[in-house]
Amino acid sequence: MPTTRASPSSELGAGGRAATAAPARPAARAHRRILVGRKLAPYVFLAPFLLLFAGFLIAPLLYAFQMSLFRETLVGGARFVGLDNYVRAIHDGSFWDGVGRLLQFGLMQIPVMLGLALVFALILDSGLVLARGFFRVAFFIPYAVPGVIAALLWGYLYGPAFGPFSQMSEAMGFGRIDFLSGGGLLPSLANIAVWEYMGYNMIIYYAALQSVPRDLEEASAIDGATPLQHSLRIKLPLIVPTIIVTVIFSIIGTLQLFTEPYLMRNLAPSQINSHYTPNYYAYTLAFTSQQYNYSAAISFALGAVVAVASYGFMLLANRGGRR
Amino acid sequence: MAGLPAVARAQDKVELLFWAWTPDTQTQVDLFQKKYPGISVKLENVGQGPPHYVKLRNAIKAGSGLPDVAQMEFNSIASFKQLGVLADLAPYGVGDVGPKFIDWTWKSVTDNSGKIYAVPWDSGPMGLLYRADVFDKNGLSVPETWDDYAEQAIKLKDKAPGTFMCDFGASDAGWVCAVLWQAGWRPFHLDGTNLKIAINDDIAKKWATYWQKLIDAKAIDVKPMWTTEWFAGLDAGTYASWVTAAWAPVLMQQSMKKSFGQWRAAPMPQWEKGGKITSNWGGSTFAAFTASKHPKEAALFCQFMGADPEASKLWNTKQFLFPVLKDLIDDKELMGHGYDFYGGQKVNEIFAISENQVDPSFEFAPFQDYVNQQLQDEMASAIAGNGTLAQAFDRVQDTVVSYANDQGFTVL
Repeated sequence: MPTTRASPSSELGAGGRAATAAPARPAARAHRRILVGRKLAPYVFLAPFLLLFAGFLIAPLLYAFQMSLFRETLVGGARFVGLDNYVRAIHDGSFWDGVGRLLQFGLMQIPVMLGLALVFALILDSGLVLARGFFRVAFFIPYAVPGVIAALLWGYLYGPAFGPFSQMSEAMGFGRIDFLSGGGLLPSLANIAVWEYMGYNMIIYYAALQSVPRDLEEASAIDGATPLQHSLRIKLPLIVPTIIVTVIFSIIGTLQLFTEPYLMRNLAPSQINSHYTPNYYAYTLAFTSQQYNYSAAISFALGAVVAVASYGFMLLANRGGRR
Repeated sequence: MAGLPAVARAQDKVELLFWAWTPDTQTQVDLFQKKYPGISVKLENVGQGPPHYVKLRNAIKAGSGLPDVAQMEFNSIASFKQLGVLADLAPYGVGDVGPKFIDWTWKSVTDNSGKIYAVPWDSGPMGLLYRADVFDKNGLSVPETWDDYAEQAIKLKDKAPGTFMCDFGASDAGWVCAVLWQAGWRPFHLDGTNLKIAINDDIAKKWATYWQKLIDAKAIDVKPMWTTEWFAGLDAGTYASWVTAAWAPVLMQQSMKKSFGQWRAAPMPQWEKGGKITSNWGGSTFAAFTASKHPKEAALFCQFMGADPEASKLWNTKQFLFPVLKDLIDDKELMGHGYDFYGGQKVNEIFAISENQVDPSFEFAPFQDYVNQQLQDEMASAIAGNGTLAQAFDRVQDTVVSYANDQGFTVL
């Protein structure tokens, strides 16, 4: 193997040398050109990304921020109001209502989802399972289902008269279950999110577990550790950084919840109002109330909440790690 | 292009972009193109209801991408008029066809200064659809007044628990507005930038108390409308009636099997015994935009689609839209068709009478989408146990007044 590999690379090296040697008569100028080229090259290669990044992320952000400093009304047109929209957002009960709801949602959903993901990843990684590839894909598939389809699917499953769960319960004499009523709605939504994103997180954990050196397993076995002890005491601590990252991703995802409540609104209008989540609130402000400026301010306020929540968790995790 | 003489330019084919969601609309578009070969119309369906309006508003905001003509429901006209984007069709002679339309529909698309903002397309005068089988079995009589209706509802609840006189349609603000319209509710009046807002007036309170009593007595259900569950409830006889619009009979026929032959239509219950006042729910118009490069052709298109005898009759016979033209409403043959789904009853006759009884004095808000959303939110909240329906109207009044102030209106 090594010998066959060596020959093409040396050939390439020779070719490269030949190419640079040929036109290198005015040596100094060529040298300078190469230096300039070296300095420029990264930017040239980065340019496509930077252009798209600036065009599709930075520019809209700046535009939205600029929008959030104005107020356009049906009568009177647009005028500059400075940070007025932000002051209003801070005092807006509807906004904080949504944030509070999502924190509740997150406290319910994130531990369950990541806990399950971790358990499945450890089981898959331990080699106890037959058809590992099959299970890996099976758990991951819900993530590949578009959120819209998932919400419609679960909307049917949750139906109080025709949903299979409710029908089963009725057939067994327990009566119908209304998953979308008062206290049941938030857990029902959380369940959809668990179903959707568990597999995704499981894959991340699984990948991290795969990179844990195998010789540690031998070492712990020699020291008399059971597979369970090995999983909990050796593997788990080694993937803590990955877990922290997934928690942060989950916090961000949770605070941006939109699709599920948006689609479930038709089924549970008495529970899901137009400011059920901050993102949904921003959506209705812009597209129903025509308050584009205030909607932009709410989006930035949500961004700030996300930043604070993620940073807060990071601080917490770091402090825990140091102790 | 600019150098060419005007005559040459006039011969160029004019292209119109038309947004509508009604099925098979291409049929009428083709009729128009056949009659006016110099104008080609491109039909696009960008979504039904809210998505359609969101896209219109986005195009208005962006300053490009707006169609020349768009479908516009009666309750959206005031909102788009407020944005100053609806073209006045009066200069193009559209006023000539005005007398052909049922008065309230024409009044809805015009203002006192003689401007014409749209051409009526179809309508939804209100009536009552009920289950003859459920009524017979429980010895109910067809209600003439709302008091009768409530009485029968209680009777039905006592005789057949688990069966409801109807489902309270508060999850659809369009229904709420329509039923309140009949009761005499006039929540808005716009005069320049002065806006009267009286959402929680005595009429609304009385109306709210009426329905609250039925809800508290569990004589009516409070499930969301338009869900599969809700349709099934109508089909299964869980809901014995539905106070609804003229487009509903065909819709029911298309979506129900079990209750075939059991449905009947009756006039909308009245608040006063012997009263003859109804209202409208839904229905659309054709509106052209000021941004159109071909306002004349756009106006011609609106007029043709709404008033051409062949095209407008087709709306009824092919798409089953309820007409807005006097000729069609008076057409005995058209309105006198018996439907087996309704036990052979000529249901359209009931709604044709209703069409002529629609009170024309109702005015929508210049930001009706916002009002609808607040109504839906607060009614739902009341149904979920947060206060009474009457209190929900107080909350809507407060939020709408503060919104209107915020939007620069002088609230009266």
